[in-house]
Amino acid sequence: MSTAAKVALVDYGAGNIRSVAKALERSGFEVEVTDSPSVVLAADGVVLPGAGAFADAMATLRARGLEEAVKQTVQAGHPYLGLCVGVQVLFEEGEEHGITPGFGIFEGRVERFPETDSDGSRLRIPQIGWNEVRFQGDHPMVAHLPERDHYYFVHSYRPVPTDSSVVAGICDYGGNFAAAVANQSIFAVQFHPEKSQQAGKRLLDAYRSWVEETR
Amino acid sequence: MTLLKRVIPCLDVDKGRVVKGVKYVDHVDCGDPVQVAQLYDAQEADEVTFLDITASHEERGILLDIVSQTAETVFMPLTVGGGVRSLQDIRDLLNAGADKVSIMTAAVHNPDLVADAAAKIGSANLVLAIDARAVRDESDRPVPGRWEVYTHGGRRPTGIDAVEWAGRMAEAGAGEILLTSMDRDGTKSGYDLALLRAVSDRVRVPVVASGGGGSADDLAAALSDGPNGGHAQAALAASIFHFGEATVGEVKLALLDLGIEVRPPSPDASQERSSPGR
Repeated sequence: MSTAAKVALVDYGAGNIRSVAKALERSGFEVEVTDSPSVVLAADGVVLPGAGAFADAMATLRARGLEEAVKQTVQAGHPYLGLCVGVQVLFEEGEEHGITPGFGIFEGRVERFPETDSDGSRLRIPQIGWNEVRFQGDHPMVAHLPERDHYYFVHSYRPVPTDSSVVAGICDYGGNFAAAVANQSIFAVQFHPEKSQQAGKRLLDAYRSWVEETR
Repeated sequence: MTLLKRVIPCLDVDKGRVVKGVKYVDHVDCGDPVQVAQLYDAQEADEVTFLDITASHEERGILLDIVSQTAETVFMPLTVGGGVRSLQDIRDLLNAGADKVSIMTAAVHNPDLVADAAAKIGSANLVLAIDARAVRDESDRPVPGRWEVYTHGGRRPTGIDAVEWAGRMAEAGAGEILLTSMDRDGTKSGYDLALLRAVSDRVRVPVVASGGGGSADDLAAALSDGPNGGHAQAALAASIFHFGEATVGEVKLALLDLGIEVRPPSPDASQERSSPGR
């Protein structure tokens, strides 16, 4: 008899952690909310949620030894799902409230949206609301997802990867940007699946399939 | 494709119940907030907004309970406002499960609150709510292009120009403006398009239209980017949804017919209508 896949949901003081926990449970996960590096390392998968500022998030993750734990678990091949700030911290640095170094797993920066749209009209910042993401590439998550879906976004900053081959999902706001990035054991998104109704459930269900495949 | 316009049912909460009034008086009971939010989630609303309209100190606990119960059962964005006085109030609501928190009277009393909160929690989750009323001349005719900010549930004039206030607070760090026309609120006679347009064109953050939405045509006008539209990014409505006149999905299909880009309802969207007292 197989047991439910276990994920460590990293608690570093981000506000929306309960919504994420409930959404993961709805997709069949056993969820452990934790700020303990050893729990992160022992889980089948790790989810880093987010809301709020990059610099605050990095300071807390470093102070609690969670940056190192996340890097190790990713290296061990355990599937990592990053949400919002959980995608941003993977990059080399963020520019919200001054330059802050991130995990540096992906090359590139987290930058504010441009002031104008691609047609020259002014862009309203933050992006708040539902926008379409088109998935691409051959990541195992992408195989479980529809080609495109609508998700809820609320953010002023977004990742700008140096290497376009890590882009797993594209969204258009002020021009195309990387709404999802991935490598072998990472899938991380700028939007909020836990707030995206059925589309969000599809994504978390896909994550469960991926975690089960790697167990 | 780009960012879609939003349709947001608004739940005015008084002593733990959803109520709906006309011009801030004559409240009708419209049900349990958690259940009402669940229904709008099933109807695939883009977001719901809770506004605590009494918000006395002893009732804060009730609101926090409602927010956390809702956030645990619906997987949609949730904005909460009403009686938010401090950075701690904002944090409490975010921790309870709100995605965005709106402040109004406290910002008028302490204009630095918006900048302080934006620095601590970021702008994206911080909404400035404005209750505005048309300025009237001595013959009680509205003066074109002039609206005044009111506080305390619309009872207290402040002498502040609404368009300038919106601009100033957006620059200070508010990430969204929730703009209610008190002349129209509860009347279902259409949003105040001139007010919406003036504010939307003044600020560089999203604007949510509120007050007067009685039909899909009204929402379409508020969301239209045309020269006579409201230029808003989202529209709040209460009566049409609470009294079961339409589902969110029906309104969205009508908006799509009118050329407004919204997220279409999926085949799974609930057709069940709301009804008062549920």
